[in-house]
Amino acid sequence: MGKRSKKVKGLTLQFMPYSEIAGLDSVERIKKLLKIVLDNKVVILQGRLRPEEETRLIEDTMIMIGNIKGFKGVELAVISQNKDERSFFQKMKFGVARALVGQQDALTIIGPATIVKEMKKDPKKLEVMMR
Amino acid sequence: MKMKIFRNFAKRMFSIFFKKRKQISLGFYGPPNSGKTSLSNRICKDWTGEELGKVSKIPHETREVQFKEEVEIKYKEKSLKFKLVDTPGIATKIDYEDFMKSKMNKKDAQKRAKEATQGVIEAIQWLDDMDAVVVVIDSTINPYSQVNITIVGNLVARKIPVLVVANKIDLKKSDIKKVSAAFPEYEVVGISAKTGKNMDEFYESVFKLTKYT
Repeated sequence: MGKRSKKVKGLTLQFMPYSEIAGLDSVERIKKLLKIVLDNKVVILQGRLRPEEETRLIEDTMIMIGNIKGFKGVELAVISQNKDERSFFQKMKFGVARALVGQQDALTIIGPATIVKEMKKDPKKLEVMMR
Repeated sequence: MKMKIFRNFAKRMFSIFFKKRKQISLGFYGPPNSGKTSLSNRICKDWTGEELGKVSKIPHETREVQFKEEVEIKYKEKSLKFKLVDTPGIATKIDYEDFMKSKMNKKDAQKRAKEATQGVIEAIQWLDDMDAVVVVIDSTINPYSQVNITIVGNLVARKIPVLVVANKIDLKKSDIKKVSAAFPEYEVVGISAKTGKNMDEFYESVFKLTKYT
């Protein structure tokens, strides 16, 4: 008998505005995002996590692979405007805004690896391949 | 995190002003199968005659941090001592079924996957101990992966000097320009850890990098 293929019957994309994580600490932010992913949904977050939160997300994902049956990790991509395309004053403006309210001028896409096969990113486009 | 950054910065300043550092911790980071161990082996063989770790075509061959201390590298008339730290490849997903495609039995594949997840965590935890990091990228594939960007972003946030290496330039598909375009703020050195191509330029860049440690 051939190998049974697991086809995705429906796909849920959950959009999360930055305001939903703005007031949370790093642990809570990651917990909130991974909870959605564990529900087999693809989360589209307005903005991006801090660099240390991105690595923490990877660490927590690795811990979950070992502890949650069937969980194989995540596919992750961040798309944001190229810094080089901004003028000096724009860079300054975005720098101040980022320091005050976090990086909101980006999109972070996180999906479970059992549903999202690959995210292919080029500077200006993102291809999300499903299983 | 802020405390860690401050501690790293203070440690670096202390080293510069008050003591001569014995050896520089140089980490090799990157996604699986980018050639971190091959590069570490190349350097170790060049300067100590011994290799550091085993390499394989199957991803996640290095599942524990491995290091070699007191590696003295000479460039022109200068000489520096390094602690070379080869780390497991950083990934966001690990599926034991992928290992089974390489004719590995289920039990071994599951064991490898478990060790690989622990290896990723260990690699991230070692970041704080690095004085400088070489990010090894496979120049034959798309460099815009989030793992590459996250690693570099973290090093910048921790104020750790970074050198980006575009490995596997001996292969036809290699595209150094694409790697340079993905990391425009960094010096990118194209090498082949396998053949040793362009290693002189690599050593020159490592010496330049240590000025910032």
